[in-house]
Amino acid sequence: MIETVTKIDLPVDEALSILKNRISSGEGPRISVVTGTHGDELEGQAVCFEVNRRIAEHPECLHGTVDIYPALNPLGIDSITRGIPGFDLDMNRIFPGAEDGVMTEYIAAKIVNDIKGSDVCIDIHASNIFLREIPQIRINTITAETLVPLAMYMNVDFLWVHGASTVLESTLAFALNSIGTPCLVAEMGVGMRITPEYTRQLTDGIFSLMHHLGAWSGPVTTPRAPIVSTDGKVNFLNAGASGIFLPHVEHTMHVQPGDLVGDIVNPLTGAISEHVYSPCAGMVFTLREYPVVDEGSLIARILEV
Amino acid sequence: METKTIFELKSLYRDALRVTGFTFGSGEKSACVVGALRGNEIQQLYTCSQLVKALKEIEAEGKIVQGKSILVVPCVNSSSMNIRKRFWPTDNTDINRMFPGYNLGETTQRIAAGLFEEIKDYKNGIQFASFYIPGVFVPHVRIMKTGWENAEKAKEFGMPYILLRQPRPYDTTTLNYNWQVWESDAFSVYAGTTSTINREDVTLAVNSVLNFLRKENIITGSRHIHEGYISELIDEGDLLNIQSRTSGIIDAFVAPGTNVARGQVLAHVLDPYDGSVREELTAPMDSIIFFAQEDPLTYAGSCVYKLIR
Repeated sequence: MIETVTKIDLPVDEALSILKNRISSGEGPRISVVTGTHGDELEGQAVCFEVNRRIAEHPECLHGTVDIYPALNPLGIDSITRGIPGFDLDMNRIFPGAEDGVMTEYIAAKIVNDIKGSDVCIDIHASNIFLREIPQIRINTITAETLVPLAMYMNVDFLWVHGASTVLESTLAFALNSIGTPCLVAEMGVGMRITPEYTRQLTDGIFSLMHHLGAWSGPVTTPRAPIVSTDGKVNFLNAGASGIFLPHVEHTMHVQPGDLVGDIVNPLTGAISEHVYSPCAGMVFTLREYPVVDEGSLIARILEV
Repeated sequence: METKTIFELKSLYRDALRVTGFTFGSGEKSACVVGALRGNEIQQLYTCSQLVKALKEIEAEGKIVQGKSILVVPCVNSSSMNIRKRFWPTDNTDINRMFPGYNLGETTQRIAAGLFEEIKDYKNGIQFASFYIPGVFVPHVRIMKTGWENAEKAKEFGMPYILLRQPRPYDTTTLNYNWQVWESDAFSVYAGTTSTINREDVTLAVNSVLNFLRKENIITGSRHIHEGYISELIDEGDLLNIQSRTSGIIDAFVAPGTNVARGQVLAHVLDPYDGSVREELTAPMDSIIFFAQEDPLTYAGSCVYKLIR
């Protein structure tokens, strides 16, 4: 059933509604699948569709409730804007919001309040337009004990347990985890695109987790064993010069120390401004997708293994 | 006056970003003033330019105290300003969420690091800041309650108000916060507007900095500058937000700085099609308007005014 989480009138003849699809089959765990906080991240759209489709195909296998929130920032998605249009604001920096706050904070508070109480929430992100990511779950160290066991069912390639940062305290995941609703942050693919292979992989993971929680009795795949970041060190490769980045490696490729990751070139002069080499042996789990780079732009992340 | 390029970032096709600093006097790093960190901070840039102009004259008169130096950085983000964008042109990140910066990190982290390395050792740090909601403030000095704040010293600006603010999680990456962590006394000066110029507020802001420099014995009193106000210290919690419950066109009747009486009508929210009044916003008590929203369109829940209780 399509339900309205919150609805607000905009200034000129338009209402902004946050919608969810509640699919329920009696008693059982509640799983929330949320995405679309950043309007340019679309990988979650295909996952939401696929979760809907698989449940509709075998409704008898559902034992509990699945809430699908495909667009936490509908204005952003429909206008190809990463933040909240009109406010120049990153929506994932305003949680937990405030019911007596400004419109954006009010919406954030309503969203948190609606998801609250889920047995697990999966918040799907798709990097940004600049970087391509392998399917991964990102977990703050302070919630690792609760979340890592759940994340092992998500069928991702990588679990990144990262250090706490005060800035991240304004995210939806932090807000939910703080009130006892476990929230896993999935990152995969690239902004403004959908990667069908990743859609299938993460959807399989969601059903594996649902199966583990007792919410799904249909067949599921055995989740792949992810690399956990504590097993290896993450190396960041940033551009040392501005230019056009031309990769020499494929995303997810394994590299050796000194392997050429790519070149930063100057199309005007024909010069190569910088050769970017791998500092270690490992897997390229993040790779620059958008060719124009400034000095400092992230080129790749390599997981030392 | 000595002009120096503090930081430079080359671009592929555009001219380089150059962060330029102007130093007056020499010796102890006594005060640093930073202007626009964002591309829409035109008032902040203009205020700095007027400060540079005044300090040039003061230096020519020999009125910079010997052994003291002042650095003014009018603009840190000309790349965004020149294309009328608020945040960094490519990835839309905010330099004022990147401090203390990281010289091997992402682009705006590098800009923040390049700037901070140059300005972190100044005894006093002053930033001409702007608010994230487009609007106009009564000019004031704002300081964060980090435990290292110096509210007493803020009175030396002679601004009408000093606002004390509890830091939020994201504040830990702002210039003001990091200046305090590095043991500078840090002050954010809000000179009214942001993307438009208000000369009256610019004069007030420039004079407030000159007053501060004089009271800190960094410059000596040569020219006639208004002594300023006996500042009133207010806590952010003392401000009362007047929010619209409805969306529409705002018809505002009062400006920042106005004294309003309890029950006085402050603004109407109008239906954008037929002009009928959707909502009347009134003052719940006798108070002073501290902030007024600038956007003629308002969203339900928007903070249209902030009143001093």
